[in-house]
Amino acid sequence: MPVIAATSVHKSFGDFEAVRGVDFEVARGEFFGFLGPNGAGKSSLMRMIGCVSPTTSGELRIFDLDPGVDGAAIRARMGVVPQTDNLDQELTLLENLVMYGRYFDIPRRECRDRARELLEFVQLADRADSRVEPLSGGMKRRLTIARSLMNRPELLLLDEPTTGLDPQARHVLWERLYRLKEQGVTLALTTHYMDEAEQLCDRLVVMDRGRIVAEGTPRGLILEHSTREVLELRLSSSAPDDIAERLAGTGERVEVLPDRVLVYANDGEAALSSVHQLGIEPLASLVRRSSLEDVFLRLTGRSLVE
Amino acid sequence: MSATTAEKSVTAPTLRVVPGTLRGAGRMVERSILVYRRTWLIIVSGFFEPLFYLLSIRIGFGALVGDVQTPNGPVDYAVFVAPALMASSAMNGAVYDSTMNIFFKLKHARLYETVLSTPLGPSAVAVGEITWALMRGVLYSVAFLGCMAALGMVVSWWALLALPACVLIGLAFASAGMAVTTYMRGWNDFEFIPAATLPMFVLSATFYPLSSYGGLSWVVQLSPLYHGVALVRAACLGDGSWGLLGHVAVLAVMTVIGLRVASRRIGTLLLT
Repeated sequence: MPVIAATSVHKSFGDFEAVRGVDFEVARGEFFGFLGPNGAGKSSLMRMIGCVSPTTSGELRIFDLDPGVDGAAIRARMGVVPQTDNLDQELTLLENLVMYGRYFDIPRRECRDRARELLEFVQLADRADSRVEPLSGGMKRRLTIARSLMNRPELLLLDEPTTGLDPQARHVLWERLYRLKEQGVTLALTTHYMDEAEQLCDRLVVMDRGRIVAEGTPRGLILEHSTREVLELRLSSSAPDDIAERLAGTGERVEVLPDRVLVYANDGEAALSSVHQLGIEPLASLVRRSSLEDVFLRLTGRSLVE
Repeated sequence: MSATTAEKSVTAPTLRVVPGTLRGAGRMVERSILVYRRTWLIIVSGFFEPLFYLLSIRIGFGALVGDVQTPNGPVDYAVFVAPALMASSAMNGAVYDSTMNIFFKLKHARLYETVLSTPLGPSAVAVGEITWALMRGVLYSVAFLGCMAALGMVVSWWALLALPACVLIGLAFASAGMAVTTYMRGWNDFEFIPAATLPMFVLSATFYPLSSYGGLSWVVQLSPLYHGVALVRAACLGDGSWGLLGHVAVLAVMTVIGLRVASRRIGTLLLT
């Protein structure tokens, strides 16, 4: 039995259709990702899974329960890390966790034990009695994650957990999320960072304008929708308009972006030498492995982070 | 298997809603206590309000105005007005707690958003916050009554019944206040609140008996505070009558409607 099962789930706000019929399943113990640009419908979907937003149509089941009927029972077994921090500013770090545990009806003593343990886990034990306000963005995120674990959730929902964090804070967070996965927690995460999706997710769906446009493992999606390597060319601004046609025979596919040209080829170096043979002299060139960014570009014709 | 789950989903929620709401409401109260434990001075400051109010009528008006005629005979003016001030103070406290405080937590602190991601539901939030407002209200009412007694303004033991009367006033106004707050768009809209409470304060048979309003007495009876004043005054002066049940009913209806609207609106605002 999957932890989350969605069958043609729709969500509309008035005339605006945020989610236009999505189907997917998340298995127990899986780290599942929703990758897409802002406005793809990821957060709307997360709120529906979090049982704080009813579906407009379609069927959604979590732990094989209906959110419309058993919302409270589902929420009791789930942890939520929302996109923007909504920590309790009137309480200390420790009190934030204890009080949150109390909302789940966990005995007070047990709440205190878990809170201490979790502050340790997110490396904030020394700040236990401080207020929330002076914490840095990364610390607030870590506290929010600690809070979401107070009820020992079977399923953890993370909505853009690393947006706005510096690289170091992101890596600390990723490492904590790995550990949760090792402990058997099912994780569902939205992100518009392809490296995050590639690093963390066992499986993911690519979303665009309220629809799922592809589904698979990060590696599988890249193999299916892109070539092994990509040659990136930076040309002078006076590059001829017919550059795409001139490069047509090079590699499997050519994508002309405003600031660069991408040549998809299984052998990037070979593609570069044929570019030189054509008499095209790029200002700079780079051969790299294909990423989910390329998959997204291929599927939607747009780049992920605009 | 599918038959049993379907059955469960139909019967279980109706059985669970009431105890679940009360338990959840208890958690909201617990949070308020945790927060106010550090800021208890704010609560203490509230005790001075009745003292100043009462001193002003005892020393001020009380000396200038003579006795007031009530159905049970003449009553000293200060003794006549004090219960009305007690009722008004219960209203003001409840309105303040259920409007400004709730709006801040709803829009700025986003507390309820957090709470609703746990098993707690909107009705637990509404009931819990109103219960806390009432608990504070009871403290102040006790202080008010104590001041009245100390200044010699209490004439009967029945005055103790003014406490439950004030709880009812608090309940009615906190429920209505919270319901109204869910419609507020920004802090500017709060200007409307004194526009509603101030006329009520002046025109609820607070400072003169209903009979002195003459042909306009029906207008006075539209004010919910009037019904509260009538209850507290009857308790303090010790004149009970079956007619008081009518006043209780008005405030009870106001509570039920307010609570319903408030919890439904919290749902529509946050669970979209």
